[in-house]
Amino acid sequence: MTSPLISVKNLTLRFRTDEGLVTAVNDVSFDIAPGEVLGLVGESGSGKSVTAKALMMLNAENSVYDDNSQITLRLDDEEIDVLSLKRPRDQMVIRGGAISMIFQEPMASFAPAISIGDQMIEQLLIHSDMTPAQAKEVSIEMLERVGIPEPAHRFKQYAFEFSGGMRQRAMIAMALSTKPRLLIADEPTTALDVTIQAQVIELMKDLVDEFHMSILFITHDLGVIAQTADRVAVMYLGNLVETGTVRQVINTPAHPYTRGLLNSLPKLDDLDAPLTPVPGDIPSPLDRPSGCVFHTRCVETGGIAEKCRTQIPGYTTDSSNHQVACHLATQEDQS
Amino acid sequence: MSKDILIAARDLSVHFPLRGLVFGERPVVRACEGINIEIEKGSFFGLVGESGSGKTTLGRAMLKAAPISHGEIVYSDHEVTYDLASLKGPELKDYRKRSQLIFQDPYAALSPRMTVRDIIAEPLEVMGLTSSREETDARVREIAAKCRLNLEHLRRFPHAFSGGQRQRISIARALVSGPNFIVADESVAALDVSIQADVLNLLNSIQQESGITFLFISHDLSVIAHTCDFVAVMYLGQIVESAPTSKLFSETSHPYTKALLSAIPSLDPDDQHVAQKLEGEIPSPINPPPGCRFNTRCPHAQERCRTEVPEWREMSSRHHVACHFSEELA
Ligand SMILES: Nc1ncnc2c1ncn2[C@@H]1O[C@H](COP(=O)(O)OP(=O)(O)OP(=O)(O)O)[C@@H](O)[C@H]1O
Ligand SMILES: Nc1ncnc2c1ncn2[C@@H]1O[C@H](COP(=O)(O)OP(=O)(O)O)[C@@H](O)[C@H]1O
Ligand code: SF4
Ligand code: SF4
Ligand SMILES: [Mg+2]
Ligand SMILES: [Mg+2]
Repeated sequence: MTSPLISVKNLTLRFRTDEGLVTAVNDVSFDIAPGEVLGLVGESGSGKSVTAKALMMLNAENSVYDDNSQITLRLDDEEIDVLSLKRPRDQMVIRGGAISMIFQEPMASFAPAISIGDQMIEQLLIHSDMTPAQAKEVSIEMLERVGIPEPAHRFKQYAFEFSGGMRQRAMIAMALSTKPRLLIADEPTTALDVTIQAQVIELMKDLVDEFHMSILFITHDLGVIAQTADRVAVMYLGNLVETGTVRQVINTPAHPYTRGLLNSLPKLDDLDAPLTPVPGDIPSPLDRPSGCVFHTRCVETGGIAEKCRTQIPGYTTDSSNHQVACHLATQEDQS
Repeated sequence: MSKDILIAARDLSVHFPLRGLVFGERPVVRACEGINIEIEKGSFFGLVGESGSGKTTLGRAMLKAAPISHGEIVYSDHEVTYDLASLKGPELKDYRKRSQLIFQDPYAALSPRMTVRDIIAEPLEVMGLTSSREETDARVREIAAKCRLNLEHLRRFPHAFSGGQRQRISIARALVSGPNFIVADESVAALDVSIQADVLNLLNSIQQESGITFLFISHDLSVIAHTCDFVAVMYLGQIVESAPTSKLFSETSHPYTKALLSAIPSLDPDDQHVAQKLEGEIPSPINPPPGCRFNTRCPHAQERCRTEVPEWREMSSRHHVACHFSEELA
């Protein structure tokens, strides 16, 4: 077995706020193998973006990492302890180098007053030993590769001159031009129409094959996950509640929250099936429930409600590495 | 007009002239062009299409909040019949009570300095629908309860609420004047799936209890499919296909509808179907392509499509489509 490209171990991340310390990520561990697409799902506020930003040390100034949190990036010749990279100079290896990130709102990742082309060149000059002429050539090639018509002309334009779908492509082109080992895609298609989303997903799949990179794909759309991810991690209120292959998680979900998400979705092959939302709202991270963090909304606590309210469920892993944090799973093991 | 239709657009166009001259002419955004739809009383009518296709504009025209450049919109309930193009004065005021909008973005729509009670009560006060504070309060409480907001919620400010709760506040505000017709524009687009399911269930139960007619606008065909009994598909300012929901799915006839359907990512990881690729993006409504407006992206486009505008034809009962070749392609 090849070792993972990146390993996250016991990641706990809090934010200092006026109302006190807010726990945004709680004891999260996962690996991403080379060439693997890991889908990260969960509702708004569950901590997906904050987790992703931790991989690049991009979280806000008020963030505090717990001492035993560890993120290890394995490149060909070295192991990088990401959380120890305190100086911006040291962080250059990861930011825009070994790891690139694309965001939901592509406007945010382009400077408005600099042409798309100049921004692409600048990135390449920082992260490679190309000459400006080579960088220009590679950038135009990448724009063409992501399907932007007349790339040499578009290269000189500014982000506001691009349509939404084109900006998303340009952002992907810029993120991939440095040939990162890991691409973090934070809701890259959420703001797009389904037709354009389909184009972008196909593009990303082709590029994974071509560059053999790993992707951390964040979305709350389980359909997008089903069509792109190899493995899936489900997040709730800062905790990973389930991880497994895409087939395990979508076809045989083990956690009541995952089942809840699936039951909320409108299904095209059964228009009359009722939509069953997960009851209630996600609690404030200032006021994390005791025991299982999901117990305030779980409909499956049945006979073990007391246990759910007071004891934190540990992870149960079956023989095929399908992991779940739920007392029901341990009950089954014992019976 | 048939007595079952609440509101109908006939050959409706909405044009926005732009400032300035281009090649000596004033450019015009043709946001809606030659639209024909009939919305039955008590139905949940879905309008779907890519962003920029003109859905919001059509919805606004039906609320008399966008100019009617050509054609007509006629509203008719058991009490009144209005021709929206010429509606003004007290009749327009009256129409404002009968029709309401649920906003796309509840965050932007709610004033941060008003309590939830005041936000919901505002339409009553502005329209002078209640005669005392007690009456207003009673009405607000009744509607709030329907939208699952309690007395404690009514005292608070909207920033303290989650996305789903804010959307329920917007819904309560739209319901409070007792409208017959509600336009819900992308009401669930910004919500998580679970909250989306909750809001859709709420809208459905309101519709079943009160018989309010909904025009439900969304770019998400799976949400539309679940919620609506009738669907119209819009592309670049025109309706290209409309049918009862189950028929639209079982007898899909327009290439654009087919492309929208096939682009929805399947929840089955083993479903290997590749989205029927639509090249490029929606063209500008300032200079729409001649002939069939979809011809620049249609995988079946032929010479005729580039010159001749397809007719709006009835395929079967209540199923209409605008494509030269829908029979051959079916
Ligand atoms: N700088 C910060 N200071 C305080 N709290 C923060 C900060 N950044 C994020 N948080 C909190 O951390 C939690 C997780 O946020 P995050 O943005 O990761 O959610 P998400 O899962 O990406 O949600 P979405 O689907 O809405 O993007 C939230 O409660 C958020 O308010
Ligand atoms: N007031 C206006 N002035 C000029 N153009 C407009 C105006 N309102 C809408 N449009 C244009 O009309 C087209 C349809 O817009 P809209 O109805 O908002 O589409 P949708 O809701 O389907 O995304 C778009 O090209 C939009 O930019
Ligand atoms: S541990 Fe209990 S509350 Fe938590 S998910 Fe499992 S059954 Fe539900
Ligand atoms: S008329 Fe022609 S271009 Fe238009 S949808 Fe039909 S086949 Fe395609
Ligand atoms: Mg996020
Ligand atoms: Mg709109």
